[in-house]
Parts: sequence; structure tokens; C-alpha cells
Amino acid sequence: MGLQSFRGALHRTRAFLGLAAVAFATAPALAANAPAHAGDFGPPRGQTIHAVLTSPPLVPPPIHRDYPAHVIVDLEVVEKQMQISEGVNYTFWTFGGTVPGSFIRVRQGDTVEFHLKNDPGNKMAHNIDLHGVTGPGGGAASSFTAPGHESKFTFKALNEGIYVYHCATAPVGMHIANGMYGLILVEPPQGMPKVDHEYYVMQGDFYTGGKYREKGDQPFDMEKAIDERPTYVLFNGAEGALTGDKALKAKVGETVRLFVGNGGPNLVSSFHVIGAIFDEVRFEGGTNIQKNVQTTLIPAGGAAIAKFRTRVPGSYVMVDHSIFRAFNKGALAILKVEGQEDKTIYSGKELDSVYLGDRARPNLDAVARATDAARQGTLSLQDQVKAGEALFTGTCSVCHQATGAGIPGVFPPLAKSDYLAADLQRSIGIPLRGLTGKITVNGTAYDSVMPPMSQLNDDEVANILTFVLNSWGNPGGRVSADDVKKARGQGTAPVAAAAH
Amino acid sequence: MRRARSRALAIALATACASAPAADYVRLPGGEFASVLPQGATPGSSAVARIAPFELRTTPVTRAEFRAFLVAHPEWRRGQAPAVFADAAYLADGPAADDRPGAADARPVTGVSWFAAQAFCEAEGGRLPTWLEWEVAAAADATRADARSDPAWRQRILAWYAQPATATLRDVGGPPDMHGVRDLHGLVWEWVDDFNALFVAGDSRTQGDPDTLRFCGAGAISMADRDNYAVLMRIALLSSLSAPDTLRALGFRCARPAPGEAR
Repeated sequence: MGLQSFRGALHRTRAFLGLAAVAFATAPALAANAPAHAGDFGPPRGQTIHAVLTSPPLVPPPIHRDYPAHVIVDLEVVEKQMQISEGVNYTFWTFGGTVPGSFIRVRQGDTVEFHLKNDPGNKMAHNIDLHGVTGPGGGAASSFTAPGHESKFTFKALNEGIYVYHCATAPVGMHIANGMYGLILVEPPQGMPKVDHEYYVMQGDFYTGGKYREKGDQPFDMEKAIDERPTYVLFNGAEGALTGDKALKAKVGETVRLFVGNGGPNLVSSFHVIGAIFDEVRFEGGTNIQKNVQTTLIPAGGAAIAKFRTRVPGSYVMVDHSIFRAFNKGALAILKVEGQEDKTIYSGKELDSVYLGDRARPNLDAVARATDAARQGTLSLQDQVKAGEALFTGTCSVCHQATGAGIPGVFPPLAKSDYLAADLQRSIGIPLRGLTGKITVNGTAYDSVMPPMSQLNDDEVANILTFVLNSWGNPGGRVSADDVKKARGQGTAPVAAAAH
Repeated sequence: MRRARSRALAIALATACASAPAADYVRLPGGEFASVLPQGATPGSSAVARIAPFELRTTPVTRAEFRAFLVAHPEWRRGQAPAVFADAAYLADGPAADDRPGAADARPVTGVSWFAAQAFCEAEGGRLPTWLEWEVAAAADATRADARSDPAWRQRILAWYAQPATATLRDVGGPPDMHGVRDLHGLVWEWVDDFNALFVAGDSRTQGDPDTLRFCGAGAISMADRDNYAVLMRIALLSSLSAPDTLRALGFRCARPAPGEAR
């Protein structure tokens, strides 16, 4: 009360300073009335409007209105059994018969006459706390409604943005855990930039007596809820609510605006769309815009507006990137984008080759044997070739290929390589110091960079070179660890092709 | 005035009830009881409540019993009861005084206002139980006077919450608890005498905020025992009501003082 009147005084002062003239530019006729709040455009005008409510994932159409109106919202509370997952029944408590509840869209400055109806078939008393309401309890105190009754209260939507609403009847956590939440959008007076699609997605955590996907009727489990151990974490109240036939849809090149809420009751959401980057996010539903966002944090009882342009066709998976929730508790939704491929943005798979990583097992065995043999002085050519082959597979074959053939014009061949055979000493130096610049191998020109393989010790380099010399029609021969050691001592500069 | 009239009709009532079985009451010992609602002298503080011995109906009032009441008390029939005592949905699903006996007779009567329930109990020589009387009775299970710490006790209540209220009610006469009382859980909500004082119970002298339990977490703070949220939900329902209100899932049973106890 004191704060409000202080604010009012503050705004009146601002009006004197002329700042208000900017804020009220859209409602010049009211300038004389000088409303006390920046979002207050004066008394409602025009005909009374019944707000269009939509079930998720749909969003009511944009408002396109340039004056504040008297808007009636009729929202009915329905307790009903629905499937939370295939073959798993749960008694949800809903606003409008869906989880999340109906999407409400009004304009900043609108006077909203809110009717909360509690279905006569319901068992519980309910109310509603809208985070977009300025007033004690967000409307909860004025909307406490027994089954078969209706409550009415009126508020002015002073602040624009996307707001969560939820039931706040004791025990609040249980009412929310049973699905009693949704979103109300208070559009700025100038509206929002046009997009091709608007969708409504809301995360919630659920606590059932049985395990994840345990079939049959599942009761609410208060212990799990208090311990914050959800059985399900879901988008739009059911596993599969936004997958398969029910996936969200868009075409390539379209803009998509997601109104993403998080009802909780417990978890915060690390909302992410796999394979997409949000061009713009109104994080926490506030006025600031963050650009180029991979994952946006949505608090329980909070919401965000994420916008992006689709560029490549395919299925984009929305997840809570606290990733076990996605793959083990159901927090998955799909945005299906159809249209022409654009290979310049995303190629699809270009190469599928074996990558074993350095010294991946079981290759180590041959290497270990060779190391033993070297220590005992019994190292044979065969030991060296076997160990070299294993090391080659792990280190060299990624570029030079397992066949030693290389990739023409990119990676020089080692098989029957005239360059390799021409100068053995030079060849020993290449793995030690790398090779950069133009060379010609078997008549083909190459101009690329091979980094020094400094992770390899003398034994390993010797074995690899011996393997190469004795493979793929190369002339044969043998390189010892001593040879490598000597070569290592001769200068530190990388082998420069220009020198040859 | 109304009280005098109901006394005058006592003979007619006795005649009308002759066909219906006499209401069955059992004695409950009362005693010291830790309520879900804080009973301390200051707001939110817990204290053990003392409950005097009392008698409680073993079952909720049935449709047949209420029909007999309507025969004897025409002023409580649907359409006759004044709107300030009963809302528009009062007895919308029956019974009516001129109904013939039928299959639904043994089901609990619902759609009855607090005023009508109170009148019924008065006509039967009783009154509505207080919240504390109802709560102490409902704490029992088949073998214990206070089974509230047993998760199974709580689960029974929650299982009922999970059933939609649209299902047809079963007949009264579920399994008896250790006192011989039936159907306190799992059938209907029940009016209590002081339903509209539940939020201020225990601190009405200190001008506590009556809205405390109505929204957000505040309710949890003032709860004596967080595990008793199942009972809290019943309180939330009752506190959402006004005395003329009726609900499809709201019935009642009567209580009366135990012999030898002050009224």
C-alpha cells in the first residue's frame, strides 16, 4: 500500500518531467488523465472482448489492437484422468482440461475480468495466482473457489511479458505437481514482431507412486515430491505430447517463436533445442533480449520467449539439457522442419571412417610385445611390423588411410610412395618434425600440413616406419630406435618441403 | 423460532423415521490430541488439544435418512428452503420427500448445505461434529486410535483424492475402524460445525491472518505436521465453502455429547 502510493507519487513526478509523454505516445487521448503507472493506458475502451484461449501447443492469434480494452477470461478447472505415458493413467488437475492450462493472451493496459470456474464434478477447491497480476497473491486470495462455484476478480495488466499462472491452494506443491499451471502473455502495446509460427511448450515434473513407465493408475507421491525426485519430467504434461504426429511443425526459412514455461513444482529447466541456436531469447520472460543462445535457463515458475529461424530440414529435439531428464524421464519434444536441404549450411555425413583413437585396445598387445623384445634384445622385423601396424592404425591411418593410399590431393599416399623411398633419412624426420608445404608424391602435388608426432617415442617411430617400409609394395627395410634417436638429434626445425 | 417448530414436529419425525433404521452412534473417548491445525495460544504455535468424550454416527447420513427428514420437515425440501440457507444446487440430485425407496437409498446424501445438515442433526438430537472431533475420529484405523504416522493411512486418503468426483458414490458401510466408525475417509467430504473457523482456529484471539492457508507456501508454515497435507486438503476444501453452499461430494454425519458429558 505504502509502496504503491510511493510509486504513484514517483510516476506523477515523472509525468511532470515530461517523461510520461513518451510512454503514453500510443494513447494520446488519455494524456489528460495521466495514469499513475507506465503500463496503465487509462480506462478500458471499445467493446468488451472475450479472450480466445487455446490448448497447448497452440497460441492465440496476435492482438492487433491499439487501445486498452475490457477483456473477459473464462477459465474452468477440470480434474480428470489422462495418460501421463503410454498405458499409465494419472489424475491431473487442470486449467481448461489440459496440462499446461489454456494459453491466455491480453494486451498491456487491458482490464482483465477473470472468471475462475470450478467444475461441479471436481473434488477440490482451487484458485489461481497469475504472475502477471499486480496485487496480493496474484489473484489467489480473490479466486478461492469450491467445486461447482465461480469466482470473479479484475486486474489491470500493467507489465508486458510472458507470465506463469498456477493454482495456489494448499498444499500448493501438490496442486502444481498435478498440472495446475499455464502461461499468460501480456503483449506490448505495439504488438510483437510477426513470425511464421508461435508455439506453447511448458515443462513440469511429476511424482507417481510407481516407477517411470509403470503401467496402470498411478497416484501422486508426496514423499518423492518433497525429496524432489520426479518420476517424470515432461513437456506439455505427457510423454509423447509433442512427438510423432503431434510434433511441432515448421518449414525451412520460417521463423518460430516458442513460449516456453516451467511449471515446476521443483526443477529448473535447461531448455535446449538440439541442432538449433536461438537467434533471440527474452530470458526469464523479461524485456532484455539475449542473442545466439544455445541453452536458456527457465526457473520453476518462470518462462522465456525463444525465437529462431529454421534453416535446415530435419527433426529438432527439444530437451531439458539436464539430460537424464530427457532420455530417462520423458523431457523430449520434436520440432519437425520440412523443406529443401542447404548443403552449404549443413552437409549431412561426408565421411565415415574408422577412428580408434591413440593406442586403442587391443592394439596395445603387439606394441607391448615389441617393447619387451627390444628390452631383451630379441626384437625381430616381424615384431616391429606388427607393433608398427597397430600404432599406424591408431595414429596415421586417419589421414593416410588404412590402405596407405592417402586421399589424392589432400593426404599423400604412403603405399608405393616415390617420395618415401627416395630419402629414408628424410622420411624418418617427417614423423618427428612434421611436414609443411608443397611436395609431389607419385606425380600428384600436395600442399598441406602434417604436425610433428611428438607423442611417439623412438621405438614407436621406428616400428611405424618399419611397418610402412614393409607394406603395400614398398621396398622393405628396417628402421631402428637408434636411427630415430640420431635423426631426432639432427636439428629441430620442421621438415620444410621447400628445402627439397 | 425454528427450533421451537422442530420440537413441535418431534412426534411427526418419530413417526416418519419409524421405517428407517435408528441412527447408530458410538462413543469416542476424545482426550489429548495433536491437531494438524496449530492449537497454541499464539499464531502458528502447536499445543495439544483436549477433546471431551463424544458420540459419533458410525456412518454418514444416507439418502433414505435424509428423505425421512424431508417428510417431517417440509421447510427443508428443495425449493422450500430459503436461498440464504441453501444454494441453487441444494439437493439437485435428490432425494425428494416423495421419492419411492430405491437402490440409491443407502448412498450418502450430498448436495446438502451446512444449515440443512445442522437442522438434520438437531432433529436427531445431535449436532455437527467439531473439526477437532472429526479429526480425532479420522485419525484412527482398524487397530489404532492414531494411525496418522503410518504411510498406509495417508495413502488411503490420497487414493480417494485421485478418483474423479464424477463416479457414482457407493453405499455407506465401509470397513469399521477401532471405534466402529465407518467411511470417514474414501467416500465423501463431511461438514463440520466450525468449518468456517478453521483458518483461525487456535489464534482467533490474536487476529491472525485468516487467509494464511489460502495461497502459496504460507499454509505450509503454519502447519503443525507437514506429513498431514492429506488432512490439510480437507481443511482447504471446507474453508472454501460458505454455509449455504452444496457440493456433489459433500455430505455429513452427526455427533452428540457422550452421556454424562456437558453439552
